[in-house]
Amino acid sequence: MRQRLVWQLVVIGGVAAAIALLPFALSDYHRSEGADVAVFAIAILGLNIVTGYTGQISIGHGAFMALGGYTTAILTHDHGWNDVATLPIALLVGFGAGVIVGVPALRFHGAYLALVTFAVALAVPQLAKNYSHFTGGTEGLALPTHTGLWLYAVGWAAVAVVYALTWLLLRGRTGRAFRAVRDSEVAAASAGVSLAVHKTLAFGISAAFAAVAGSVYVLVNNFVNPDVFGLQLSLYVLIGAVVAGLGSLWGVLIGAAFVQLLPIGLTSSHALSSQAVPVIFGAIVVLVMALIPRGSAEVLRAAVGLPIRVRSDHHSSTPHSLEAR
Amino acid sequence: MPPLLALRDVDARYGPLRALHGVTLTVDEGEIVALLGANGAGKTTTLRAVSGTVKRGGTIELSGRILRREGPEAVARLGVAHVPEGRGTFAELTVWENLRLGAFTRRGSLDGDVKRVLGFFPWLDGRRAQQAGTLSGGEQQMLALARAMMQRPRLLMVDEPSLGLAPLVVSEIFRILKELNEREGTAVLLVEQNARHSLAAAHRAYVLEVGRVAFDGATDALARNEAIRRSYLGY
Amino acid sequence: MLAVAAIRRPRTVSGWIVPLLLVACCIFLLIGSLQSSLFAQQTVSGLANGGIYASLGVALVLIYRATQVINFAQGALATFTTYIAWQLMSWGLGYWGAFVLTLAIAFVFGIAVELVAIRPVERRGNVLTVVIASIGVLILLEGAVGWIWGSEVKFMPSAFPARAIHVGGVAFSLQDLGTIGISIAAVVVLWALFRFTKVGLAMRASALRPEAARLVGVRVSWMLSLGWGLAAALGAVAGLMAAASPSVLLQPSMMDGVLIYAFAAAVLGGLESAAGAVVGGLAIGALLNLLGSYVSWVTPQLLLPAAFVLMLVVLLVKPSGLFGRTHVRRV
Repeated sequence: MRQRLVWQLVVIGGVAAAIALLPFALSDYHRSEGADVAVFAIAILGLNIVTGYTGQISIGHGAFMALGGYTTAILTHDHGWNDVATLPIALLVGFGAGVIVGVPALRFHGAYLALVTFAVALAVPQLAKNYSHFTGGTEGLALPTHTGLWLYAVGWAAVAVVYALTWLLLRGRTGRAFRAVRDSEVAAASAGVSLAVHKTLAFGISAAFAAVAGSVYVLVNNFVNPDVFGLQLSLYVLIGAVVAGLGSLWGVLIGAAFVQLLPIGLTSSHALSSQAVPVIFGAIVVLVMALIPRGSAEVLRAAVGLPIRVRSDHHSSTPHSLEAR
Repeated sequence: MPPLLALRDVDARYGPLRALHGVTLTVDEGEIVALLGANGAGKTTTLRAVSGTVKRGGTIELSGRILRREGPEAVARLGVAHVPEGRGTFAELTVWENLRLGAFTRRGSLDGDVKRVLGFFPWLDGRRAQQAGTLSGGEQQMLALARAMMQRPRLLMVDEPSLGLAPLVVSEIFRILKELNEREGTAVLLVEQNARHSLAAAHRAYVLEVGRVAFDGATDALARNEAIRRSYLGY
Repeated sequence: MLAVAAIRRPRTVSGWIVPLLLVACCIFLLIGSLQSSLFAQQTVSGLANGGIYASLGVALVLIYRATQVINFAQGALATFTTYIAWQLMSWGLGYWGAFVLTLAIAFVFGIAVELVAIRPVERRGNVLTVVIASIGVLILLEGAVGWIWGSEVKFMPSAFPARAIHVGGVAFSLQDLGTIGISIAAVVVLWALFRFTKVGLAMRASALRPEAARLVGVRVSWMLSLGWGLAAALGAVAGLMAAASPSVLLQPSMMDGVLIYAFAAAVLGGLESAAGAVVGGLAIGALLNLLGSYVSWVTPQLLLPAAFVLMLVVLLVKPSGLFGRTHVRRV
């Protein structure tokens, strides 16, 4: 047990050091790309909590990112807030929204929830365009710029905070309850763990993280308009989560790096046009689902020998529970 | 002439659970063979092994042709009709559609087959448009048999036809099986818990116990053997 | 596949509500159309949109009934095949020639997608992994369209000349009427296939009871591929109609919104009822169009969220859809 803990701390320390030192080797532009990776890491971590711990697939996390992003944009643009100060607000707003959505989401399982969240991902930009006096409509809102280094620091600090929150959460009673829900809903329920509370909580947390990711995203791009948070964003977060391994906390960084850096790598090497990126992503999603449904977590586990906890089989919930026959 | 159906040392498992431990039996052309035994003895599994619906080891031959891991679709095309436990009727479809499905593997016009089958079950004629699930239990069982007959099988495998049915209906069903066998020479492999009817209708019987053949013989010999009847056949 | 028995007489009071509601809707539409020519025009163009939603919705139901999978790639498949039609036409093929050829290509393509992307996932995973795989296919196909043809908006010729037909003094666009006609025709052809042919019966049997179907010799996995092929062909019809309509432009994301409306239509009808999807689609099309014309605060951007809310309400209140039938319980 101790050896495992020590090993984990060593790896975490190593990774953290690498991340902290990296910007000094990069140009300012690349640093802001690094901040983009941070954005996806936060969003994917959030998604993995809700899928890995409660089996609720959401393709609508772009909507929560939009919520956080617009919160930051509006507070900064219209009310002169300090950028970083808006992040905790976004966290809370996201959490609230996540809980509000999480309650009806309890009634949907599996594919039905994916369907509903898919519709949300498409509906939210439409709403944002419609209520343009809040959101600046299609023209969007412009925000002050920052250096790449500042963005990188803020982004990865947020990642650290979010990971720390996750760690704290999963340590205590809530964490044990989450793990119980993950391993067997039936057993958890009969042991007195409230499924509804914990599933909603997971949703709230994942939305909160997505909101923070959205805030940082807006800061990095120093611009926001409804199309920024369109369907593609939600899909990319899902792709990252799939590659990371649904339910894994470790693979998140790999998933985030993959989703952000692969397109850039391909286009800058002029190997393929940028239009080819979605084709590759789509193919990879299908391949991962066919070959290693648990994503990079499985590969990591094999390669590094780390005891990576992966949800055993959360796919057992079926859409049938909705049908009234 | 090779037997119509030959099983040699067949075993089968459901996941980690082994249901058959080396079953060996044969069915010749034109015979009615009964498969008897207590609950869980492996009777249903034996039928499933033949129709390819369960993973199995050992050798199964159909008229000398070795069956490799063919699925049920292929086995059906080779002339084996399997009426499973629970009948396998398409409850949501009409009687007529069920019959049509029975003849799925046949080509050409169905008129001759329909006439044949209605000869056995004349009451089906007026019920063609009725949804199969609304038929009574006995009627559904007969529909299942009718459907199998539409296939013109060489071997008809029936699993527990008497389950949950009134005695009069059961007698009728066994009468029809015998008639089918005599009129058309269809071989029948019959799984039944109701030993008395089976021994009356069949030519030979195998008694299964915990996944293997305990013993076998001609049905009149078995019926006369009181010790066997009492310990294995329950009467 | 579609209602096997005729629509059965409902036994409870609540069973009468839905048909009553439908009749009330029809009467409302009829009276409104007779009163105002604008109403009539908007109803018809709404029904035309609805025909598109209905076609795609039936395609979704086809696949869902057979496999319990919600196929997120249905719209993207339609987009891809519509672009193929555009390509054929730009190579000089006439509209109807391209139309028919595209349907054939879509059929084959649908089968190919099932074999290559869905079957391997299904073997190892479960419904959820297949759904995610279908999302992967969605991403792939929309990307492929952008990669092969570029993402600028293109012009798609229509089957119907931009003329108006006058019925009772009201001018209706030939395009709208044609769309309604073709969508209905496509669904009817499919229905006839399922109802009257041996293959159609085998497909229905495979969807209802795959194990029993195997026992009578039906190759269930082939039936599944066939289902995907037919769904893709139907989706192609929806895509072709959509591209020709004035409200949808030929671009890679063109079917994203339509997919939501199609989902709403399918959900409204109960995901397993094709007839329900048709009625649902037509209803959504007509009502949303009227809503947009007559209610001032309903802007075009609010239509999609409105459909979403409708879908949400149905899923929460009556998940088996307005046409959810009480099936005969499987023994």
